[in-house]
Amino acid sequence: MFSNRLVNILIPIVSVFLGLLVGAFIMLGFGYNPLLGYLSLWNGAFGDSYFFGETLRQVTPYILSGLAVAFAFRTGLFNIGVEGQVIVGWLASVWVGLAIDAPMIIHLPLAVLAAALAGAAWGFLPGLLKAKLGVHEVIVTIMMNYIALYTSNALVRNVISDGKDRTERVPETASLTSEWLASLTQYSRLHFGLLIALFAAAVMWFLLNKTARGYELRAVGFNQDASRYAGMNVGRNIILSMVISGAFAGLAGAMEGIGTFGYQSVKGGFTNIGFDGIAVALLGGNAAIGVVLAAFLFGTLKIGALNMPTGAGVPTELVDIVIAMIIFFVASSYMIRWFLLKIKKEGK
Amino acid sequence: MKNRRFLLVFSLLLAIGMILGACGSSEGGSNESEGSGSDGGNGNSEEASEGDFSVAMVTDVGGIDDKSFNQSAWEGLQAFGEENGMEKGQGIDYAQSASDADYNTNLNRLVRSDYNLIFGIGFLLAPAIEEVADQNPETNFSIVDSVVEKDNVASIVFKEHQGSFLVGVAAAMKTESDQVGFIGGVDSDLINKFEAGFRAGVKSVNPDIEVKVQYAGAFDAPDDGKAIASNMYSQGVDVIYHASGGTGNGVFAQAKDLKQNDPDRNVWVIGVDRDQHEEGQIGDMNVTLTSMVKRVDIAVQDISTKAMNGEFPGGEVVEYGLEDDAISVATSNEEAMTDEIKTAVEDWKQKIVDGDVEVPSTQDEAKSFEDSL
Repeated sequence: MFSNRLVNILIPIVSVFLGLLVGAFIMLGFGYNPLLGYLSLWNGAFGDSYFFGETLRQVTPYILSGLAVAFAFRTGLFNIGVEGQVIVGWLASVWVGLAIDAPMIIHLPLAVLAAALAGAAWGFLPGLLKAKLGVHEVIVTIMMNYIALYTSNALVRNVISDGKDRTERVPETASLTSEWLASLTQYSRLHFGLLIALFAAAVMWFLLNKTARGYELRAVGFNQDASRYAGMNVGRNIILSMVISGAFAGLAGAMEGIGTFGYQSVKGGFTNIGFDGIAVALLGGNAAIGVVLAAFLFGTLKIGALNMPTGAGVPTELVDIVIAMIIFFVASSYMIRWFLLKIKKEGK
Repeated sequence: MKNRRFLLVFSLLLAIGMILGACGSSEGGSNESEGSGSDGGNGNSEEASEGDFSVAMVTDVGGIDDKSFNQSAWEGLQAFGEENGMEKGQGIDYAQSASDADYNTNLNRLVRSDYNLIFGIGFLLAPAIEEVADQNPETNFSIVDSVVEKDNVASIVFKEHQGSFLVGVAAAMKTESDQVGFIGGVDSDLINKFEAGFRAGVKSVNPDIEVKVQYAGAFDAPDDGKAIASNMYSQGVDVIYHASGGTGNGVFAQAKDLKQNDPDRNVWVIGVDRDQHEEGQIGDMNVTLTSMVKRVDIAVQDISTKAMNGEFPGGEVVEYGLEDDAISVATSNEEAMTDEIKTAVEDWKQKIVDGDVEVPSTQDEAKSFEDSL
């Protein structure tokens, strides 16, 4: 009665349920009311159109950073550098937004494209090192994160602004924000980036599942030696995968740069969009549709969590625990799989 | 067989649901009797509009328990609440931000809960306050450590140069080598203010004392702080004033290392923002000479009181300094802060408050101040 496919779908759902359950018990243990806690989380994310707008706004970069991690993973690469690629994408979109003066129809696509290219370049380097010299991409991408963070801070302070902590706001012509969406959601910061993110998810699905190139990328992910034997150029596929992954991450940066914020500030630390993307991809099973759903869940949890201290006195950190537990259960999916298969076997 | 399995799982779930439900309702009951009365996200709105006045704050990413200005601001609100019979959730409240993206969401949530006055703690919130204040002209806002020019925003800034002047006096009296140091976080207008005041304070006591100045380039680099401090101490500097946030922890670490190796050596650190006495403790000794204390709580309490009385200073920049006790010099290290030093600090403080001394607040002003001595 459980097909393999169904089990694969059930695992994340069961994990989310178990994660929330553990969260509830932790709330009980510390003397909070779990029902009130989750109710205020719900209200904080969907309470009225403003909060729903903010939730969708938070979901947007998560979809793209999740896609970035998932795409590399399908080719057998672990792109920890999404964080850095987000930052360079953010920088590139804001820079193009400020430096160029053009009508919206040219300016906005140019800013988005610049972000994708910057992210792609940041992914290209680790891909090249991996393909040509066998340097492990995890090490390189982690280091590239710091290079991105501090380089962009220095550029913001010294080149794009004069010694200030943040850049000017990008002009309307390069901004994804819209009066219409804002008024629809009582001045939330919801912007048109959501459409770009959903489109990117469709692109990933099509590329991986419907093209010969995608088949090659996945084949390299399954078994490099077999792919090489079959006449595929493994190195080129690795580089391509990192470039596309980086481009998705760069787009996630653009969502923040010319969508949510409209400027770039000097950052004291990482944005965590890229690191959360790892969790999103894991929960989403590295599939495009799964990533969209997982990003939606994470966005909901993150925005809803902000209401928990005011609504129920529960610290926001509790949601981080819930997220950690969900990831834990997904990662230890063997337990759940075993349990589900046992039910299946007994059922026969 | 299949049915039995399902029954088991189903009944298990049901049981858990019951347990949770039971706990939930009993706790809910006690909640109501305590009257914390925050039933869900929008519950606050009714109670806030019923009361006469309510005030809330949004932290920056440091969080409410950062042992620094976020915590201090909340203490100010709590003190305000105590005076007026309010408590958390009833009249006063805070929202914590986990990332830069949360500032707008938190500010808007508090606006929706009908708070009359909302504080943004720290200059990081300036763009968010600007945006939200524009969208909600009916609500009053206040920003700490930055200036936002809007009719419904009161900007709170501190006269850090005055406090820095006074700790400069203390440093000048404590030094034996006639060399003191200043370590700044990021070279910016704000930190230059600390440097200018400190230099002026030192030179006012003894123009021959040399002040070495260095900027670490970051507020969160204790390694750099330690390296710079090590360099300064080895050149003969014996008192260092740091205005560098987390970077300063490295300065304390270096001073404590030196003190540990040679307990008789004269090494001192002057803390910043709050009384950093604890950071300097090493065994029975303490390397913290004093601290330049910036009382965000006093400012927050003051603005709240003014707003409640209908005197909200919207559109103004409110400066807090020595005369409001919002800037002060810590005297926790009684052994190091001798009566002589304390008296001198008091004298200079009086001169500043009376207007006899104009403390410089920029590097250029500091230069002309020194030339005039």
